[in-house]
Amino acid sequence: MFYPNLIKERKTIMSEKNLRYSLYLGCVIPNRYPFIEQSIRNTFKELGIELVDMQGASCCPAPGVFRGFDITTWLVIGARNISIAEENEADITLGCNGCYGTLLEVNHLLKHDKKKRDMVNKHLAKIGREFKGTIEVKHLIEVLYYDFGIDKLKDYIKIKFPDLRVGVHYGCHILKDSSNRPWGGEYEEPRFFDELVEITGAKSIDYKDKIMCCGAGGAVRTASLEVSLDFTREKLENMRKVNVDCCIVCCPFCHLQMDLGQMQVNDKFKDIIGESYKIPIIYYNQLLGLAMGMNPGDLGLVAGHDLKGVPPFISIQPLIQKIKEQMI
Amino acid sequence: MEDLKSDRILEIKDDISNELRKAGYAEIGACIQCGNCTAGCPSGRRTALRTRSIIRKAILGLEEVLSDKELWLCTTCYTCFERCPRNLPITDMIIFLRNLAVQRGYILPNHLNLCRMFYDTGHGVPINDEKWNIMRESYGVNRVPPTVHTDPKYVKEVQELISSVGFDKTIAWGKYAKKEEKAEKK
Repeated sequence: MFYPNLIKERKTIMSEKNLRYSLYLGCVIPNRYPFIEQSIRNTFKELGIELVDMQGASCCPAPGVFRGFDITTWLVIGARNISIAEENEADITLGCNGCYGTLLEVNHLLKHDKKKRDMVNKHLAKIGREFKGTIEVKHLIEVLYYDFGIDKLKDYIKIKFPDLRVGVHYGCHILKDSSNRPWGGEYEEPRFFDELVEITGAKSIDYKDKIMCCGAGGAVRTASLEVSLDFTREKLENMRKVNVDCCIVCCPFCHLQMDLGQMQVNDKFKDIIGESYKIPIIYYNQLLGLAMGMNPGDLGLVAGHDLKGVPPFISIQPLIQKIKEQMI
Repeated sequence: MEDLKSDRILEIKDDISNELRKAGYAEIGACIQCGNCTAGCPSGRRTALRTRSIIRKAILGLEEVLSDKELWLCTTCYTCFERCPRNLPITDMIIFLRNLAVQRGYILPNHLNLCRMFYDTGHGVPINDEKWNIMRESYGVNRVPPTVHTDPKYVKEVQELISSVGFDKTIAWGKYAKKEEKAEKK
C-alpha cells in the first residue's frame, strides 16, 4: 500500500493560534505508566496546547497483536475510537507509537476506501456511532515538531543540559510505514526526534542499530518473553557501549520494554551481560519539561507513593544527580 | 525412529496465496526471493524466523507457514516492508497470514488470554489491581482514566462490536490453544 499524496493532504483543522487536540491515552500510559500521562498533560498545558479527553476510548487495538488476530475487528474498534475524537471536533494526538500506527492506518484506510468504510459503519451503527473521516491522527512528537513548531518550542527552553549524553530510541511505528508517516519518507536515518532532544542542550549519541525495534511489539512479548528481551539486551548493550546517561523514548510500550524489560534482562541474561544495566528510561515530555524549567514533581519524576512492583523499575536517580547542578 | 517426511513438494496448493490475493496482496506474485527481508530482520538475528521463507511457503501453499510458531516472532517493525526491492507490503502480509492462522485455529494460549482480556475489559493492558489507581492518584492524574474504565457501558460497546464482527466466535475455535490446555491438564 503506497500513499504518495498523504503528506500533502495532512492539514490541521484548527487555526495555528488555538491548538486543540483529543488526547488518546491507549492502555500502557494510563494503566501502567501514569507518570507519562502527567508529563504530557502538564507540558502541553505549559505550552498552551489544549487537550480534550476521549471519554470511553478503548485499546486502539494494538497493530501487531489484535490486527494480527483479526483485521476487521481491528478496523471496527479503531474506527470507534476515532469516532469519539470526531465528536470532540479535534484531531487526535497521542503518545504511543503502537496507537499511532493503528489509528493513523485505520483513519487513512477508511477515508480512502469507501467499501471498507461502509462495512465498518454498518457495525458501528449498532452502537449508534459513525466514522465520518473528519479528523487527523498525530503523534505528539509530530504536534511538537510541526504543528507547534520546533523553532517556537526553542523559545520555551529555560535550562540546558550540555553534559547530558542521551541515547535516543525512536521505536518502529512512528517511522514506518514511511509512505504514510509525515517524515518525508526517511526511516533509516531520521533526525526529527534527535532535534527535539537536542533543543534541551543534551547530546544525542549515535549508537549501533539505533533504529532497531525494542522487541516488545507484534505480540512477541506475549508469544516469547525471552526473544523479546533479547532484542532489548542488544539495544541496552549498544547504548552502554557509548556510555549514555539515559535513554529517551516516545512510546510507552518501548518505555515498558526498556524499563521493566531491563530489570528482566538483568535477571535472565545475567551470565552473559556482565554487570547489570542501569540506564534510566525517560519519556520525551519529562526531559522537555525539565528543560522548560518545570518542577520534576509535575513531570512524573518524583514518586508520591511507596508502592512496590510499579514502574519505574530502573532508578532515574543517576540522571537527576547528573543534571541537578543545572537545575538549581 | 522418527517418522520419515517427504523431502519434496509434490503438489503446489494455491489456497493461501489466493487468500492473500483476495485480500488485496496480489504483489505476492512479484517476490523474487532475494532475501533482503530476512537479512534486515532483527528477530531473525536471534530466532528461526526467516521472512523470505514465510513468503515462499505462502506461495507454495504449505500449511506449516500458518502452524509454525515463527509466524508470531515478527515484532512488526516494518524493516522488511521498507527495504523490499519489489515493494511487497511484507509486514502487512505477515499480519494477514496471522489472521488466516487464527481462523484455522492456530493461536498461542497467551494470545488467546490476551483476546479474552480485551473482550472483558476493552483494554489490552487493563487496570486489574487497585495499586494502579493509587499510583495514578500519586502522579496527580484522575484515579480512573477517561477510557472504557469509566463506565461499563463503554465495555459493552466494544463487546457488541466484537460480536458483530464475529471475532468472539473465531477465538472460541482456538483448537491449538485447547490442545495445549488439555496437555497442561494431563
